[in-house]
Amino acid sequence: MEVEKNIPTLTAKDFESDQEIRWCPGCGDAAILKQMQNLLPSLGIPKEKIVFVSGIGCSSRFPYYMNTYGMHTIHGRATAIATGLKLTRPDLNVWIITGDGDALSIGGNHFIHLLRRDLNVNILLFNNQIYGLTKGQFSPTSTQHQVTKSSPFGTDDKPFNPMTLALGAGASFVARSIDREAKHLQEILKAGQAHTGASFVEIYQNCHIFNDGAFSMYTDRASRKNAALFLEHGKPLLFGEENQFGIKLDGHQPKIVDVKHEESLNDLWIHDESDGIKANILSLFFETETFPRPFGIIFQKSSKRDIDQSQPYKEISVEQYNHLLGGKENWTVL
Amino acid sequence: MKTITKVNKDDVIIKFAGDSGDGMQLVGNQFTSNTALRGHDLATFPDFPAEIRAPLGTVAGVSGFQLHFGSSEIETPGDLCDVLVAMNAAAYKSNIKNVKPGGTIIADISGFDKKNMRLAGYQETDVLLVNSASTNFTFFQVDITKLTVESLKEVALDAKDKDRAKNMFVLGLLFWLYDRSFESTLAFIEERFSKNDMVKNANSLVLKAGYHFGETTELFTNQYELKKAVQSPGKYRGISGNEAIALGLMVASSKASLPMFYATYPITPASDILHFLAKQTKTFNVQTFQAEDEIAAICSAIGASFGGSLSACGTSGPGMALKAEALGLAVTMELPLVVCNIQRAGPSTGMPTKTEQSDLFQSLYGRNGEAPLPVIAASSPSDCFFAAFEAVRIALAFMTPVILLSDLYLANGSEPWKYPEYNALPEIKTRLLKESKEKFEPYNRNEALVRNWAIPGTEGMEHRIGGLEKKDGTGDVCYDGDNHHHMVKLRAEKVANIAETIPLQELSLGELNADVLIVGWGSTNGSIRTAVKELLLEKKSVAHIQIRYLFPFPKNLKGILEKYKTVLVPEINNGQLVKLIREKYLIDAIPYNKIQGQPLNVAELKNEILKYC
Ligand code: SF4
Repeated sequence: MEVEKNIPTLTAKDFESDQEIRWCPGCGDAAILKQMQNLLPSLGIPKEKIVFVSGIGCSSRFPYYMNTYGMHTIHGRATAIATGLKLTRPDLNVWIITGDGDALSIGGNHFIHLLRRDLNVNILLFNNQIYGLTKGQFSPTSTQHQVTKSSPFGTDDKPFNPMTLALGAGASFVARSIDREAKHLQEILKAGQAHTGASFVEIYQNCHIFNDGAFSMYTDRASRKNAALFLEHGKPLLFGEENQFGIKLDGHQPKIVDVKHEESLNDLWIHDESDGIKANILSLFFETETFPRPFGIIFQKSSKRDIDQSQPYKEISVEQYNHLLGGKENWTVL
Repeated sequence: MKTITKVNKDDVIIKFAGDSGDGMQLVGNQFTSNTALRGHDLATFPDFPAEIRAPLGTVAGVSGFQLHFGSSEIETPGDLCDVLVAMNAAAYKSNIKNVKPGGTIIADISGFDKKNMRLAGYQETDVLLVNSASTNFTFFQVDITKLTVESLKEVALDAKDKDRAKNMFVLGLLFWLYDRSFESTLAFIEERFSKNDMVKNANSLVLKAGYHFGETTELFTNQYELKKAVQSPGKYRGISGNEAIALGLMVASSKASLPMFYATYPITPASDILHFLAKQTKTFNVQTFQAEDEIAAICSAIGASFGGSLSACGTSGPGMALKAEALGLAVTMELPLVVCNIQRAGPSTGMPTKTEQSDLFQSLYGRNGEAPLPVIAASSPSDCFFAAFEAVRIALAFMTPVILLSDLYLANGSEPWKYPEYNALPEIKTRLLKESKEKFEPYNRNEALVRNWAIPGTEGMEHRIGGLEKKDGTGDVCYDGDNHHHMVKLRAEKVANIAETIPLQELSLGELNADVLIVGWGSTNGSIRTAVKELLLEKKSVAHIQIRYLFPFPKNLKGILEKYKTVLVPEINNGQLVKLIREKYLIDAIPYNKIQGQPLNVAELKNEILKYC
């Protein structure tokens, strides 16, 4: 996006609206909001050119708290509404705020089609693996056997893997972050915004009311180094307390290796954001108990869509309209 | 030389019917434009089979095109036809019941061989095409297929391609019968087949062969002549309802100086609007979007509307059902939007290729909560233009979604249209707000209770709107009971205020002191007018109004209705407008309902009206 000249320097404060925040105190949503408000001033985009569009759910209250243009719409449809907005107003900076129920359940169809179309928007999926606003039913990302209000004996349903789903839908930017990692989150948001095409960021977000601790293994000191894998482009895949574990590819099979004793760093899998096949393998770590959960940019490639060919309002003559009205064949009655 | 008798006619109804592959739509369209250029008034209606490729020769595969033309005003494609062109036994079977007693049937006897008889479901022993007192029809049996092939014996086309040119033979023959020149069709062939000389020549040869056959055969001794219709001077063209909607939306958005966004999902019978608009996107300020589903179509339109476009959707009943929730969102966000419902027979998938006007209640009431929005209906193919133009005007003037009702009969039907010059059409005002001295509040309103429209990119007017109940003025989320009561009343009053800006209801025919008033809406206009005109000639005391503005009603409607002893409401549904009238005005309106997927039959309607006068 072209940075416009002569815009007054904005601060995080400028992006705060006058609305009182209604999330439960301590909700992960508030942490994400904060990072967004911190990020936006650095982008150099005038406030009036920014639009937040959300659906329904706890996270979807987000636009009310941003002092930009915004729409809080209906369940599952933020992606579809943002599609019409971006198609007609490519000059705008459009952010879609959605949740696991909103994007992957009721709005699943629009979500995959937006990624397929690869419009130049940012999609932030706040994943808390639960329905919060409706008070605690299992969501399409709840873990199998999870006990919730609507699954007192545990749900039989397998969760969606949002990363593979997005890659399968043809997404050109796929990343994951987490509410508690402020710096990481801001970097990912920034990279998503810099990407031309649809950027999809899944953000693990703690709902401490209905699903507390769903992601604590990625935030607790004791477990995070072993459970989470922070990806960096061009760097080997390392994790563990002292980065003592690495991942290497044996054919197409990933393998965990002990870097300290067995393997040299040179043999490890070097992360390449542009490699779609490896991105798919990375996304599948989700399905295993053994591999750490990847965070960061899993995949990024340049969009194939003719992006942002903003169609300026054409000057059309009266003759052109008269010609249109007259159709192919017309005649005069005297 | 044979002697030819010239026979004068006031009007003629011709039905061209054949297998889907026989090219009957093309014949119908060519004969129609020739008829229009000749100065007759006309109306047409095609009927296509529901299946794209129904088995050859079967009744399910019959494609038809009906043309009604004459020397005075023609309101409908007509009930029963004077002439049936039947290219095969199946076409004969599905149309013979719609031929007038004493009517003429021109049959291609190649299409009535044993195989075709069997495919059409006849017994081999059935005898169809026989002139006798009992059949009461005049049959002309012509071996069209054979004559076509013969006329092409010098041409090196394969047998199948030669066969396919037989529609041109029919067209040529009819041109002779109605004493027309075939130059316009020659020009059409020249353009259509410009890439293939052989096919081009073949079609021209066959067209001329058909004409010359008429001239020389002893079979036909009459030629039919009609006077020109008295039409008001001006420029005319032919137009179908769907094309008229597309044009109306485009021109209206330009008159409002807004880019247009048309979002839709393929559905019969609305898709032609998309096809037309998609072609204009390079030249005009129109963007089309084929969405992943009906919900995405309307939602993307709402997004575009928030961004400052004139947004429109086209769909049919089942699609409307899916759009209901989003329509409610547009109502509460108070954004302009036009949703065109090209109605077809329901419920559910119903009869997708048959007409009906049964979505009136759905338009008025088919949303959760109190979600009033204006509903208007088009009454003829060309009227779709003005109805669409008006829908845009209302949407923009009142910041509201508008439902525009058309139906399959209008969508596919066509008529000559004295089209307006662009400059003769009014400008359309919007509520766009570019700057403001006071602090901007999204739900501040004018005296008609309409809010302003500040679009992203406008500095200092950043605001958030949504589906939650909002405080009047600021638009802040608000769950207060008194505010909700106020907002529900206010949204209703805003829509009611539209009545102040729409024309008063006019009498279409008859007098204010007649005994019976016929009240119609939408596509029944032509049938009702024809019936009432005939009754007026018979000195019956009857009058007619056709209501365009179904919600809110014109202010003077009550006064008109109260003047009549009998109010009869014919509809192609199970009684919807009649209930609205009874409920709103406590008038004992009488329903008359036909729900057969067809336009109202004029003769039947006349008989019904005669019961009351
Ligand atoms: S219910 Fe959960 S997700 Fe919703 S606001 Fe409260 S903590 Fe946040």
